Amino acid sequence: MLYQPWPWYIAGPLIALVMAVLILMGKRFGMSSNLETFCSIGGAGKFTDYFKVDLKSRRWNLLVVLGSVIGGFLGARVLSPNPAVQISEKTVAKLNELGFESSGTAYLPTELFSLEALAHPTVWILLLVAGFLVGFGTRYAGGCTSGHAISGLSNLQRPSLIAVIGFFIGGLIMVHIIFPLIFGS
Amino acid sequence: MKSVLYIIVGTFLGVILYKSEAASWFRIYEMFQFDSFHMYGIIGSALAVGIVLVQWIKRSKVKSFFGEPINIQDKERSFTRYIIGGTLFGLGWALGGACPGPMYILAGAGYWPILIVLFGAVMGAFIYGILRDKLPH
Repeated sequence: MLYQPWPWYIAGPLIALVMAVLILMGKRFGMSSNLETFCSIGGAGKFTDYFKVDLKSRRWNLLVVLGSVIGGFLGARVLSPNPAVQISEKTVAKLNELGFESSGTAYLPTELFSLEALAHPTVWILLLVAGFLVGFGTRYAGGCTSGHAISGLSNLQRPSLIAVIGFFIGGLIMVHIIFPLIFGS
Repeated sequence: MKSVLYIIVGTFLGVILYKSEAASWFRIYEMFQFDSFHMYGIIGSALAVGIVLVQWIKRSKVKSFFGEPINIQDKERSFTRYIIGGTLFGLGWALGGACPGPMYILAGAGYWPILIVLFGAVMGAFIYGILRDKLPH
């Protein structure tokens, strides 16, 4: 059971538990503020006061990041004998049409996330642009999936609902309109 | 001691998100295609339990494990920043298939190209910090 993919009704409540434990430790569940902490560590405070923060106050969240790196290692290397993600057949068919042959057989598409794929400059650009949009967008919106979709909505915050609607507007545009333009031909 | 607790919580989170496949690019694509209930089930059940836990913490005025009062901050009221920032985030989330938490998890899992995404994300946060005063919030 542990070695099979975990069902949603186990994962969802456990995520809520992680949030509750962090709140009960006097903190909050939010992963994207770490991106700003990295900027501060890298010396971004020289460019704008926004990044002049007390790094000690951010330390706990970096430890959560360290833990999640360990968790990713354990999840992938110890708890998952088979990395294939059993996505629906409809999705596999759509991805095959876009040229993603690895759908249904891998955890991440090898067309974007393998060392061989990095031989193509376009892949670097796509990965960089994806990251940039996530980093810029999440700080603009003041939170990501953990901060808004889980923590904010759990606290019944209207701003988080607006942000999550934005997440979906962006995601739907990317998958339905932009993907066919990038990968279709 | 506290440090170890944060690492354990993070490790737990990493295993959950990896094993539930919420850290998989394929699951994010499938979600935006509405082809499976899986991701909606994860977010929905997290919320159902999360709302109960947060309301309990707020109403019971329970103290933190370390005896301090708990203060859950409300999000600042606005529309512009949430809809624009959220949409930009969504574009990147669907393209890269990873939000900030899974980026670290996938690095730990050994998917090295995710480090390019993470580098882009740090650059994005940096440029936001630079442009912040000029952007509509």
